[in-house]
Amino acid sequence: MKFTKQTKHDLITCGIVAAFYILVTILSATGHLSNHFRGLLVPLCYYAIAAVSLNLVVGILGDLSLGHAGFMCIGAFSSSLFSVAVKNSGLPSPLRFLIALVIGTLMAALFGFLIGIPVLRLNGDYLAIVTLAFGEIIKNFLSAVYLGYDEAGIHASFKSFQLQGEGKMLINGAMGIQGTPMDSSFTVAVLLLLITLAVVMNIVNSRTGRAIMAIRDNRIAAESVGINVTSYKMLAFTVSAAIAGCAGVLFSHNTTTLTASSTYFGYNVSIMILVYVVLGGIGSIRGSVIAAAVLYVLPEMLRGLSTYRMLIYSIVLIVMMLINWAPGAIAFRERYGIMAFLRRRNENRGKEGQRS
Amino acid sequence: MILSVNDLGISFGGLRAVDDFHIGIEQGELYGLIGPNGAGKTTVFNLLTGVYRPDEGKILLDGDDITGLSTIEINRAGIARTFQNIRLFKDLSVLDNVKIGLHNRFSYSTLEGILRLPNYFRTEKEMNVNAEELLEVFGLKDEKETLSKNLPYGKQRKLEIARALATAPKLLLLDEPAAGMNPNETGELMETIRFVRDHFKMTILLIEHDMKLVAGICERLTVLNFGSVLVEGETEKVLNDPEVIRAYLGED
Repeated sequence: MKFTKQTKHDLITCGIVAAFYILVTILSATGHLSNHFRGLLVPLCYYAIAAVSLNLVVGILGDLSLGHAGFMCIGAFSSSLFSVAVKNSGLPSPLRFLIALVIGTLMAALFGFLIGIPVLRLNGDYLAIVTLAFGEIIKNFLSAVYLGYDEAGIHASFKSFQLQGEGKMLINGAMGIQGTPMDSSFTVAVLLLLITLAVVMNIVNSRTGRAIMAIRDNRIAAESVGINVTSYKMLAFTVSAAIAGCAGVLFSHNTTTLTASSTYFGYNVSIMILVYVVLGGIGSIRGSVIAAAVLYVLPEMLRGLSTYRMLIYSIVLIVMMLINWAPGAIAFRERYGIMAFLRRRNENRGKEGQRS
Repeated sequence: MILSVNDLGISFGGLRAVDDFHIGIEQGELYGLIGPNGAGKTTVFNLLTGVYRPDEGKILLDGDDITGLSTIEINRAGIARTFQNIRLFKDLSVLDNVKIGLHNRFSYSTLEGILRLPNYFRTEKEMNVNAEELLEVFGLKDEKETLSKNLPYGKQRKLEIARALATAPKLLLLDEPAAGMNPNETGELMETIRFVRDHFKMTILLIEHDMKLVAGICERLTVLNFGSVLVEGETEKVLNDPEVIRAYLGED
């Protein structure tokens, strides 16, 4: 079978993820990985998924969204709610996780769609600010709500309340959801990352993706060739929210105590994900994954240096920014980079082929 | 008649931008819309393509009333256009630009695209064949992988025309196609426009300031001045009309 250049590029991206998975699994089995590092593997995957999903909005659609932590939050809470509620019903855990995943993804998609209706009428800075606000609303709402059930039925309130007789608190205000089963694992997370990559890259290389990128490049021209701008914007935003929700499901099933605190779902997290996207290269799916992996693991691995940690992190950010975007660096890469080397080699071979 | 417009008018606030505009274009005709700066030519294009909604008047395309439809609906009804300031999808390849033009003629669902079902491969192949045919016609096939922003100016103009034609329109609107071109490029462009008309049996309405181009290829003209029709008719007659000369050069 013959692959196009683009398909090859995409398969290599998936290959990098797979290779990373195999490497980590081997190192882990032979006992070369610390517990601390192993604990970073699932978060690394869900932040990579979140970065890819945000890249669909920022890089492919060309709109700035700062509310993706909010969609993660919805995915996390809705799926945890389900998992906690059916925890003792005897449902096998893979099936339970699968259903939780579907619920989390669909709920995030639903909210992405609903929020998209008013929000996507805006452009640029305004869109960024409003999505940021929606993200904060979601987080604050979920950290204030109490939900539980007892003999009298289901109760929901913004005030703490007492349950009567047999019953259970599902969401306990700022204490969040307790006792979500730990269904996430590195294998599951990598599988979801690969599925995310396949979905996003296949969208980008299809009729739908071309329409979305046409809107990014020139909205008026896109309309003039009959592309329905509103519906494709909605589609991109909804799919992106759904994938962020999927990252949230991984998040919540990787922790027993889920709280809607700003450490996990605040705007600083949205911005952190945006940093992954920007430094990985806006519009580059592969870049998002690599940047998320490097920039998530780095500060964690530097914990031993305590005070110098954030200093080194910032320097890495600046250097990555320069390597990616500075005109001089781009020119250097084009002349001396790996791709340029391969290209030259191919050309030389072509010449030799002609001679012989 | 492919395009028939009557009593078309629009005001912006107190300004009467277009007033009582009318035009009738036959199938296969090369028609020019000229006039001094600010006469309302581009506004007429924007009215025809649904960018603005007319306050009054009727637009018939091939007998169908398209007045007040949206840009998208009008494109589907059969009007395609190019822009005065080139509007390509600049970060996409030349081939993709044309394939976006084919968007509504070849269809598969988003889900079929994600899952790469057989229909995806079949339709993409058809789109590639069609797009490459069009690029071949415009001499752009060798550059199909190039990002459209990296094309030289003249080729960008051609690509914009190719993209418009990809939507299989009944009527092609060209907004100042020769803007920013040197005499050589303009000459080549005249060939291209004539070729498009003959090869695709296309009806073309164009706005142009370059009188050499207008006189060279347009069969009939409408002259717009202060938003209303000053003169219309055969190119030669119109260009020699004293009223037209006065509108362009002023009175002595």
